[in-house]
Amino acid sequence: MPQYTQYQPKAYRPRMSAYWYLDQWRYLRYALREASSFFVAYFCVLTLVQLAALGTSATRYAQFEACMGSPVMIIINAIALAFFLLHAITWFNLVPRVAMRQMLGRPTPDAISSGPNYLLWFGATVILALFFLGVL
Amino acid sequence: MSDTIILEVARFNPERGGEPSYESFEVPLRPDWMVLDGLNHIKDQLDGSLTFRWSCRMGICGSCGMMINGVPTLTCESLLINYAPGPVRVGPLDHFPVVKDLVVDLDDFLAKLQKVRPWVVRKDDFKPPREFMQSPAQLEAFHQFSLCINCTLCYAACPVSGLDPNFLGPAAIALAHRYNLDSRDQGVEDRLDIVSQHEGIWDCTVVGECSVVCPKNVDPSLAIQQLKLTATKEWFKSFLLPRGKH
Ligand code: SF4
Ligand code: FES
Repeated sequence: MPQYTQYQPKAYRPRMSAYWYLDQWRYLRYALREASSFFVAYFCVLTLVQLAALGTSATRYAQFEACMGSPVMIIINAIALAFFLLHAITWFNLVPRVAMRQMLGRPTPDAISSGPNYLLWFGATVILALFFLGVL
Repeated sequence: MSDTIILEVARFNPERGGEPSYESFEVPLRPDWMVLDGLNHIKDQLDGSLTFRWSCRMGICGSCGMMINGVPTLTCESLLINYAPGPVRVGPLDHFPVVKDLVVDLDDFLAKLQKVRPWVVRKDDFKPPREFMQSPAQLEAFHQFSLCINCTLCYAACPVSGLDPNFLGPAAIALAHRYNLDSRDQGVEDRLDIVSQHEGIWDCTVVGECSVVCPKNVDPSLAIQQLKLTATKEWFKSFLLPRGKH
């Protein structure tokens, strides 16, 4: 004879692991994008330090340059640059999602929304490159 | 290629409680079988106690969503052969309470859906003479967001939904946006009040996976970002013209 008990549902409530972003590449990619903000802040601080050194004295600036030329700083800055590029590209690509969806009554192509950012970026890079190469 | 494939299916018995476990079943690997057909084979031939939802078998009713190898997917639209040689892991949708085996509790989702007033709201007593005329352009404005089948795959893909149970979530917000964009509707202000709360659009951190898994290309992430833009514009308007109607 089967024993019947009154049905008392006990739903299973899953809890997310604190390391959920390591579970799958698509979430890790998102976490890396968010973490890239840290490196943007790092470059801002670095630029301020550079300007402060420049404004203090030539010796101070030479010290700053020597520090930046050390292998450790080159590795750190290379990693920071990679994250910086990831930050810029991922956020530029998100621009169409918050830009106007209609222009002259037609859907705005994504390239029209994100394109100007890339153009400005490219333009600024060219001007800086010309400046450092001594052309300007 | 083998003519069978192993399905590892999540089992959970609410009367026993505990953690769900996975049970393996060997099912025929037919070129025209979907994962749902494999599950139905288990239910019909191997273990009648396996519990899961399905209805239309054609990607319309939205009831057969499950995690297939960790990705929220409609099982009636996923060819089993694409997962060969297997094994294929089938679990209940992430971030929802599990009622039994592959069935999740959708009460919370349905309450959230209700909250955003997903219907045409009129504040006047305008009665159109026949039907309410809409131009193709007016229809186009919201059409994409009206394709949602409430499959909740987007909730299962969204880590914010898992971390903050109060988050309104992608589909509910996309539906709010759908009615906001409808030329017949006058409920925008009410809905903006609801979706602009912290548990609404501002909880979204643009992971974007909701739009990746959506089987109907609703693009809920786009709806959320567009609503952020609208809410910000409205906030600025109310800030600059505090007494003006906005
Ligand atoms: S927005 Fe897409 S994924 Fe989300 S419930 Fe609707 S159809 Fe499903
Ligand atoms: S059974 Fe209806 S959507 Fe899959």
